[in-house]
Amino acid sequence: MTDTVAYDHSEAAATAGEHHDEEGHSHPSDWAYVKIAIALAVITALEVFTYFETVLDWGVALVPSLIFMMIVKFYLVATWFMHLRFDSKLFGRMFSAGLILAVGVYLVTLTVFEFWV
Amino acid sequence: MSAEPLMAEVDHAVDADGHDHDPHATTTGLSHTKLAMWVFLGSECLLFGGLISTYLLYKTRGNGRTLPTDVFDIPFTSVSSFVLLMSSLTMVLALSAVSRGEPEAGRTWLLATALLGGVFVGGQVYEFTAFVREGVAFTTNPASSAFFTLTGFHGVHVSLGIVMLMSLFVASLKGKLTQRNSETVEIVGLYWHFVDIVWIFIFTVIYLIPAD
Repeated sequence: MTDTVAYDHSEAAATAGEHHDEEGHSHPSDWAYVKIAIALAVITALEVFTYFETVLDWGVALVPSLIFMMIVKFYLVATWFMHLRFDSKLFGRMFSAGLILAVGVYLVTLTVFEFWV
Repeated sequence: MSAEPLMAEVDHAVDADGHDHDPHATTTGLSHTKLAMWVFLGSECLLFGGLISTYLLYKTRGNGRTLPTDVFDIPFTSVSSFVLLMSSLTMVLALSAVSRGEPEAGRTWLLATALLGGVFVGGQVYEFTAFVREGVAFTTNPASSAFFTLTGFHGVHVSLGIVMLMSLFVASLKGKLTQRNSETVEIVGLYWHFVDIVWIFIFTVIYLIPAD
């Protein structure tokens, strides 16, 4: 009975271009994932483009642009492919805790070596 | 007897006090396995953060010998990066197929993900051998040691991911990977996407941002 309900549910969702997991969270359609992958590929191409300075000199905008594109790619993978956008916020908080701690600690370490030593 | 009461007997257990409860229920209402994977991935940020910071500190310390940045092959590494990025797409398509109850499609995407991961690791092995031929080995200088440690650790993570993917592939062939336990694919997928995210960071910070 449960399986039948689950099957009918996913079939109806598939018609609407999305499906649901066992916890009832809706997940995007395969085409949505493909669109995210295309966006990631375009951003990667832009990143590589910056390497060839003879084509276009990015000047002082180079490093900020690269970091911005990296953050956008990071965000797209984490929110769409890792489903943080659709899952419980607790998962995101667990990951963010490690990430923020790592970025904070190592930024402090790097600045100490850069400016104080 | 209808099928419904039988399902209820399977899905619910009665404890000593006579309370009916779901054996899969958790105190948070969330999967503890998935939560554990997220905590693990959070801790992995610290590991890779340490390795990346070490490289950033040592990247110009060549002791008068060739630096890794002198021998980077950006077009080649860009292709490797693209391959790993696309493996995240095939991974999420594998999960999507398994959770829809399509084991054949799930197997195909799992195998595609493992193959793309294999291409990435193969590219890394080629890159390492090319570096050694050009005079940048593990013990050449502090910069090369930090570089090989960082990218080597990442390569080991990708290799472990391939082992996990192939385990899922074999389990699926044996009929043990069904819609009901699609969470296993999701958890391996989380690990795989994390490895991809780490490379997104490494590719920009180590390869693309100029050393000086």
